[in-house]
Amino acid sequence: MTTRLAIQKLLDGRTDPGRVQAFITGRMFPIVEGTSVTFVWVGHADTVQLRHWIYGLESSNALTRAPGTELWHLTLEIPSKSRVEYKYEIHRGGHSGWIEDPLNPNRARDPFGANSVLQSEGYEDPTWTNVDPIARPGLLEPFVFNSDLLGRRTGHLYLPARFRRSRQYPLLVVHDGSDYLKYAGMKTVLDNLIHRLEIPDVIVAFTDSPDRLREYANDERHARYLTEELVPDLARRFPLFDQPQGRCIMGASFGAVAAMSTAYRFPGFWGRLLVQSGSFAFTDIGTRNRRGPLFDRVVQFVNQYRAQPRAVSERVFVSCGVYESLIYENRSMVPLLSAAGMDVRFVESRDGHNWENWRDRLREGLSWLMPGPLMFIYE
Amino acid sequence: MTKTPRPAVVLLGAQRFDPSLSAAVSELGVAGRIATITAGWQERESEDEELSAHLGDRTVNLRLHARGDELFREDPELRDAHRERQGSLRHRQDFYRIRLEHELEADRVIRSRAAPPEILAEQVQASLDGIRELDQWHLGLCARIRTEFETRWDLANRPAVMRHRREIAEILDGCEAIAIAGGHVATLINRLSVFGFADLVQHRTVFAWSAGAMAISDRVVLFHDSPPQGPGASEILDAGLGLIPGVVVLPEPEHRLHFDRKDRVQRLVRRFEPAICLALPARSRVTWRDGVFSSAHDVMQLRASGRAIPFAARSRKVTT
Repeated sequence: MTTRLAIQKLLDGRTDPGRVQAFITGRMFPIVEGTSVTFVWVGHADTVQLRHWIYGLESSNALTRAPGTELWHLTLEIPSKSRVEYKYEIHRGGHSGWIEDPLNPNRARDPFGANSVLQSEGYEDPTWTNVDPIARPGLLEPFVFNSDLLGRRTGHLYLPARFRRSRQYPLLVVHDGSDYLKYAGMKTVLDNLIHRLEIPDVIVAFTDSPDRLREYANDERHARYLTEELVPDLARRFPLFDQPQGRCIMGASFGAVAAMSTAYRFPGFWGRLLVQSGSFAFTDIGTRNRRGPLFDRVVQFVNQYRAQPRAVSERVFVSCGVYESLIYENRSMVPLLSAAGMDVRFVESRDGHNWENWRDRLREGLSWLMPGPLMFIYE
Repeated sequence: MTKTPRPAVVLLGAQRFDPSLSAAVSELGVAGRIATITAGWQERESEDEELSAHLGDRTVNLRLHARGDELFREDPELRDAHRERQGSLRHRQDFYRIRLEHELEADRVIRSRAAPPEILAEQVQASLDGIRELDQWHLGLCARIRTEFETRWDLANRPAVMRHRREIAEILDGCEAIAIAGGHVATLINRLSVFGFADLVQHRTVFAWSAGAMAISDRVVLFHDSPPQGPGASEILDAGLGLIPGVVVLPEPEHRLHFDRKDRVQRLVRRFEPAICLALPARSRVTWRDGVFSSAHDVMQLRASGRAIPFAARSRKVTT
């Protein structure tokens, strides 16, 4: 028997402001009923559009106005365990604007602002992304590095709680470090995973670039800056575990390309590689790509790698959201990386190209690349 | 001449919350001083106030972790050699794990295939034999690396080692029992081995829990059915002190083992047969004396049937 959706029950009766108000009061929005998700907006408008970033669905879907009311609604089928970031586009009197969903308190921030977040049936915020008062916090300090190759660089350095000079630590280098800290809560994630023994005590260099689209697109100077300048400097100042398996490099989107191309230029140096939603654009013939000139150097690099794949690292963790246009490129990379002799793990999620997607995959990725002492500690 | 039986060994589950150690100590009538080993806690080794209070403030901590640090400061040549050996063991462990994961995956695929029962049984047995052989090979390799290290660096006769061993022996002379706490099992094995505990523990009652219990077995098995990176594979770490031969010690089963996964339980048991697999949940304990178990409380035995059942310890003789 099919259960009538809440919105249908409302629409089947008399729709006056009182019933609309009763419908809204005390309810969570969007309304998730199995895989049916109803988006609702209330207000005066000429048209209302749902704007989302699910690759595969129309990027703009019109909400329908309930007769005689200012309630707008749209029901979509969204698979379980999905996370969808969205906004409403309101058209009124010849003007339009994008707004967050005022009925939904769930937000995700990114460098462009914030989006409302739909969590479909079965999705749960991972507990390890929330501050755990029992987990000892590591130390996070800003750093400045004067690179001979790239000039003044900034970032943050993370030292684990209970850091001791008498021990040796693996090193993790993160592209778009400030964004990972701000939008993926990565310090909290590190504190928690270390506390849970799921990753080892680790030193993390959160690096930033003032010109990421250029430097992250297979720029030799960037690869050399990280490998020949930053790491040796850190090794002089901190007790680093000087083995490939003790060095991990990671990034998302263009940052994943930067991580991959850095490892490619220094094969065997970075023993662990974590790439999230990599912008691994390529062409099967010719060099013209549908993503525009920003991707030209990426395409050149990925085409080159696809023509002559080689092992650049021992272990590679690849993740991508199935609601991203990049899912095709990432799926295409996986067999190449494996065939080149690397130990590869690929994880897909029902999410888009966003920071919380990347946050949600950190536990699985980092604990696989750098397992913590969980298997060794029996209290 | 009759061989003097070695005093009892008591294996216990985790003691962190609601400890049962003092009950075990009382049951054996241990009234004297107790030497404690908390090296598995690493840098927090000295934070043993609760343990000491639980045992009636009659403990003396042997400080094996701190002694290890002191030893390596005093003998940098040994420190470097030890570090190199640990690196070499880690490397071997990594390669063993790669092989093991492939063997286990092959076993899984074979078990899932449809085939005439006699062929399937033969192939399942062959894959199990392969895993057992790999485990044994790795265990032998670790033992060889340790022996070579001790011989090459003349461990027992290095002045700093001798001094620490002498000090420990003197402390132990005034103690009736040794209590070995859990923590980091690899650290524990290393410290116990460097300070020669295979001999030092022979004539005293031993209470050992969690990683401590693993470290005194003859084969230390690391295990976790659901680590964050995906289904876990149990693996041999190394040999322990061998005080209780023929027993695989599995602490914290409530967090680490899926008793409802019959296939996993079954494989674990058959992999280490004829040794018995004992799961030690919190508050559990069992006494071992001269090859015979007694006084079991809440200990579970994993069986080849794939079930975990309460361990019937009375007069249970271990086959090695």
